[in-house]
Amino acid sequence: MEKARPLWANPLQFVFACISYAVGLGNVWRFPYLCQMYGGGSFLVPYIIMLVVEGMPLLYLELAVGQRMRQGSIGAWRTISPYLGGVGLASVVVSFFLSTYYNIINAWAFWYLFHSFQDPLPWSVCPLNSNRTGYDEECEKASSTQYFWYRKTLNISPSIQDSGGVQWEQGLCLLLAWLVVYLCILRGTESTGKVVYFTALLPYCVLIIYLVRGLTLHGATNGLAYMFTPKLEQLANPKAWINAATQIFFSLGLGFGSLIAFASYNQPSTDCQKHAIIVSLINSSTSIFASVVTFSIYGFKATFNYESCLNKVILLLTNSFDLEDGFLTASNLEQVKGYLASAFPGKYSEVLPQIRNCSLESELATAVQGTGLSFIVYTEAIKNMAASQLWSVLYFFMLLMLGIGSMLGNTAAILTPLTDSKVISSHLPKEAISGLVCLVNCVIGLVFTMEAGNYWFDIFNDYAATLPLLLIVLVEIVAVCYVFGLRRFESDLKAMTGRTLNWYWKAMWAGVSPLLIISLFVFYLSDYILTGTLQYQAWDASQGQLVTKDYPLYALAIIGLLVASSTMCIPLVALGTFIVRCLKRGDTPPVA
Amino acid sequence: MRQNNSITQEHTRRSKAKADGENAFKVRLSIRTALGDNAYAWDTNEEYLFKAMVAFSMRKVPNRETTEISHVLVCNVTQRVSFWFVVTDPLKNHTLPAVEVQTAIRMNRNRINGAFFLNDQTLEFLKIPSTLAPPTDPSVPIWIIIFGVIFCIVIVAVMLLILSGIRQRRRMSKGPTEVDDSEDKCENTITIENGIPCDPLDTKGGHINDAFMTEDERLTPL
Repeated sequence: MEKARPLWANPLQFVFACISYAVGLGNVWRFPYLCQMYGGGSFLVPYIIMLVVEGMPLLYLELAVGQRMRQGSIGAWRTISPYLGGVGLASVVVSFFLSTYYNIINAWAFWYLFHSFQDPLPWSVCPLNSNRTGYDEECEKASSTQYFWYRKTLNISPSIQDSGGVQWEQGLCLLLAWLVVYLCILRGTESTGKVVYFTALLPYCVLIIYLVRGLTLHGATNGLAYMFTPKLEQLANPKAWINAATQIFFSLGLGFGSLIAFASYNQPSTDCQKHAIIVSLINSSTSIFASVVTFSIYGFKATFNYESCLNKVILLLTNSFDLEDGFLTASNLEQVKGYLASAFPGKYSEVLPQIRNCSLESELATAVQGTGLSFIVYTEAIKNMAASQLWSVLYFFMLLMLGIGSMLGNTAAILTPLTDSKVISSHLPKEAISGLVCLVNCVIGLVFTMEAGNYWFDIFNDYAATLPLLLIVLVEIVAVCYVFGLRRFESDLKAMTGRTLNWYWKAMWAGVSPLLIISLFVFYLSDYILTGTLQYQAWDASQGQLVTKDYPLYALAIIGLLVASSTMCIPLVALGTFIVRCLKRGDTPPVA
Repeated sequence: MRQNNSITQEHTRRSKAKADGENAFKVRLSIRTALGDNAYAWDTNEEYLFKAMVAFSMRKVPNRETTEISHVLVCNVTQRVSFWFVVTDPLKNHTLPAVEVQTAIRMNRNRINGAFFLNDQTLEFLKIPSTLAPPTDPSVPIWIIIFGVIFCIVIVAVMLLILSGIRQRRRMSKGPTEVDDSEDKCENTITIENGIPCDPLDTKGGHINDAFMTEDERLTPL
């Protein structure tokens, strides 16, 4: 008796699941950084070109494979060719690594969310030092938001070698994050299908509220103007194109097996072409939308810092020369400086080293990405807004929704092959399998709550998924086009959905996309080889800033292991299947 | 004679109040920064009030209860507004030690600030550090309370879902053992939608003909 495969209750749930998975933290904290680094408005040109040439075809391919094979990644690729089960296994391994380290971000979001209910916000003021005469030294050297992130949240150690102990507060938040994820995936598509309505829609509500607030902030237009003025010379920079391609690739979450898993729960007659186009368009427009919000916040923060800097200079000059209070303003500052330099040259030269050159440009040019953007830069901007608790709660709630939405996809990529496998699902019910996966991930994730945990997080973030995914997707395209056969796949799709495959998709799958991926792969490899030893940014508490250090040997070994454990699955499984088949052929005598 | 005396008195006092004197303190006010349009002008009357506040602070120190306003000397008033002041003891003809003045001012800082509508940042006594307000530390950190609430809600929800899943499975294994086969997609979407492969009551007889399935049987109440 075959148990029916669970299905999405309606196609909308599937679309929301894909959107919720694809629209994640990378849209909020990586795209604005890339936009700023590679030419502002002109970065949109390579971005949109890559979306059409690389993003949509690859997304369509994964959804079509999942919908056609109606199995998780391992089963789907094994069906295409028995030697390619390794591709699915590599996807599962990469998803496993991703889900291990990704949920710590949700833990941090919970931590900040819980701390947002205080007045004043804990990251807006420095704590006092032991004899109450001044502020804590580390906090003075850095800023209060950096101090709260590096000391209170992470309690970071000076280098990756000093592991320190597990921080129980972070451990509790991680446990809560995994419980929430477990709650959402407990019942499979039945529960996931309902949760994705929230995780897909709520971030947009918050982004819209933030857009309105952001645009009305003082100085927001500075940031927007800075971002959107196109610097056309960046179009000639190959790095801009490469980064556009990588951003599209990783932002859509290709190669993890999540999209295959989601599509496998579809009705076979679903029009996945339409869905692929919709999801990729929504993903990219969310990135652009989020960067508008981010840049208005940047503009506000930069203007605020610039004005504080100016005020400090004004105060310094007023005090040193005993000028009338209120006489010096931002507009006459330069004039008065000139006058003072000529009238009191001796005293002026004494004061000169302390006068900082305040520049709005340099404040805007501080480009940050990743956790630094969300937990340091945004919190700094939020603490200066009116009703900062409200904005803080909204912001971290949005981060949580984005993070949990992506986690649902990650865990689906691991669970679908497990529940598909007859061996495992006959012994354990679905709830127990999900529970075990969550428990294992939670326990391993405690590594990231240690004092050196953030350094390990950076290792996983930079190396666990980047190179293996490129290889996996490359093998996927080659497998579908050349091993399975493009014509056979085309006729299968036609039989399934009733629509003929457009020539555009065929051209992209067979030619353009594989070439693009190969060039990305070559670029990444050469980049790693050329940089020599890998380095990381460590927090130096005595200086209150980040310093660059080299990875120790065992960390390099672990990086190598991370990359190898997923990529080696592909050839090893192929080899293993080949050997098993040879043995079987050797055992059974040929039938006449 | 008397006039001579007062002039020499004034002289000696001025020489004591010279800036950078060992026991002299510089004071800096930022009235316009603090009050904006409501800023008052700094004149001799405000100086008088200041001297009165300093004398008041000194009177609170044991052994110094007889300090008078005239014992406080102010000089070098600039446009900033900033000036130097010193507290003298005319009986012994010397200036009071800095440590005593410092302690007195620190203890009454709030009263002095209040008299001028200023705060520690806008009425600065250079060389006298202000005591920073201790942070309010609730006995139980707020975040743990919120964490506890959300944690309990999530655990309860997980338990409920697991228990209802177990109950469904027990009901399924007790009921008819036939399960719909996957070929009948239409029926699949309806029956699986609730997460339970519901067995309509009449499967025992044989295959169900969809066309004759009535509306209320399709929508099993569960």
